[in-house]
Amino acid sequence: MVLKTSYLANHVQNLKPSGIRKFFDATAGMTDVISLGVGEPDFVTPWNVREAAILSLEDGHTSYTANAGLLELREAIAKYVDDYYCVSYDPAHEITVTVGASEAIDIALRAILDPGDEVLVVEPCFVSYAPLVTLAGGTPVIVAAEKENDFKVQARQLEDAVTERTKAIMICSPNNPTGSMLSKEEMEQVAGVAEKHDLLILSDEIYAELVYDDLYTSFAAIDGMRERTILVSGFSKDMAMTGWRLGFVCAPAEITQGMLKIHQYAIMCASTMAQYAALEGLRNGRSDMAEMRKSYRLRRNFVVESLNEMGLSCYKPEGAFYTFPNIESTGMDSESFAKRLLHEERVVVVPGNAFGDSGEGYVRCSYATSMHQLREAMKRIRHFVDNL
Amino acid sequence: MKLTATEIEIAGILEKDARLTNDELAKMTDLSVDQISQIVKKLEDQKVIVRYVSLVDWTKIDGHQGVTAMIDVKVTPKRDVGFNEVAKRIYRHKEVKSVYLMSGTYDLSVQVEGQSVNDVAHFVSQKLSTIEGVISTTTHFVLKKFKHDGTIYDSDDRDKRIVVSP
Repeated sequence: MVLKTSYLANHVQNLKPSGIRKFFDATAGMTDVISLGVGEPDFVTPWNVREAAILSLEDGHTSYTANAGLLELREAIAKYVDDYYCVSYDPAHEITVTVGASEAIDIALRAILDPGDEVLVVEPCFVSYAPLVTLAGGTPVIVAAEKENDFKVQARQLEDAVTERTKAIMICSPNNPTGSMLSKEEMEQVAGVAEKHDLLILSDEIYAELVYDDLYTSFAAIDGMRERTILVSGFSKDMAMTGWRLGFVCAPAEITQGMLKIHQYAIMCASTMAQYAALEGLRNGRSDMAEMRKSYRLRRNFVVESLNEMGLSCYKPEGAFYTFPNIESTGMDSESFAKRLLHEERVVVVPGNAFGDSGEGYVRCSYATSMHQLREAMKRIRHFVDNL
Repeated sequence: MKLTATEIEIAGILEKDARLTNDELAKMTDLSVDQISQIVKKLEDQKVIVRYVSLVDWTKIDGHQGVTAMIDVKVTPKRDVGFNEVAKRIYRHKEVKSVYLMSGTYDLSVQVEGQSVNDVAHFVSQKLSTIEGVISTTTHFVLKKFKHDGTIYDSDDRDKRIVVSP
């Protein structure tokens, strides 16, 4: 019998691996490396949250929960979303607890896309968006946010990209990797495009708590948008719970019930102990979040000022924990800059083009690292830039 | 005294890390170096910032001698001056590292450091208990410091994250 050359499906064979992987491999075996390449908090999950998980194990909460997650947790999420995102959801029919925001994005896309449906993916963005659209049978249509606007997508750009196959706009604000956040006015303009063409907005709001200057506005809270928004968020970034893999998605009942079908067959339910931990976080963790936010804000200011001072032009991002300096003044492309910086100064940054072609000319520097490390990293980058 | 939100913020930052330079503080808070210098000077002049210290774990040093005792002191308060007069007589001794007025079953909590248990015993019997107004003392020796001033001494704070993640 002749074996096929590959058992992999064509669309999986054609899927590009994440560009970030390469950098991870390059650091193997190196010592004294300072990483600004990490997309997660440097804080450990607050102790009361960890303890809640331990207690849940001691109490024997080791079985499945309801598919959508513990009702108690969904109720707490509803209360929290009402309070912070300023939009109300019914915990029984409109909230699903997921395995991280990543799963939430996956089941949302799978629930809404027919083969050939188009999704406007605003880049630069998290590495999974376009591939997940493809895996769900849709076609990602890249809309590149422009550097002239500090990477805030303009409504006209979306308008230009809409076709009759467009089903949804996928957007993340505050953004990974750029740290940019749309103002309420800009969001209303994007919302206008969605309403005009009857589109959904798949809104990744995982960085909602990490905003430093202005109040936060959720897409779902914009007038008339609740019914056409799928609101994705989670506990990874603001409560420093990345490894727990716990997120949630809020959407109108019909969409939630669709997503829940996929979730129940693919996942069953999110990890039970993680759900108990998150419940404690929502009840008693908001002051910890505020502490972390305060600390991120100081570091953001420090990094932005330091980068600008050494000649790497960098706007001040409104949220998340990333700065996105322009490195074109060095005459290098993003990848060469990142590679040389790693080898010559042992500082890891992520080339901007890992988040889409529009990120070329930029690198992502995370400031989710102690002041002590940031100080040393800035010294090394300055030494690197000065000696080019 | 009334301080601005920024002045309070600077005091808070320096309380956690006193080695930040004015230049770094300026970058962190979006102020000029001059403004920072003025704020820090004001905080120092007003004794809001009382002293800059390092937390040293002396037990890491071979051959280090020294003991710490926490002493509960019962006191008869004096008319007009209350506990202040006795507290002053206690805290003037250089062996005394801290003195707090407490609620509960005793009045003053006194922390004393000495070279040896004998040192501390000598201080308690000869100096502390003979002060007028001191009724009784209960001495507790510290065996090990796990956490001090919000800092865990032997914590495993290595960065456990992978080096690059999306």
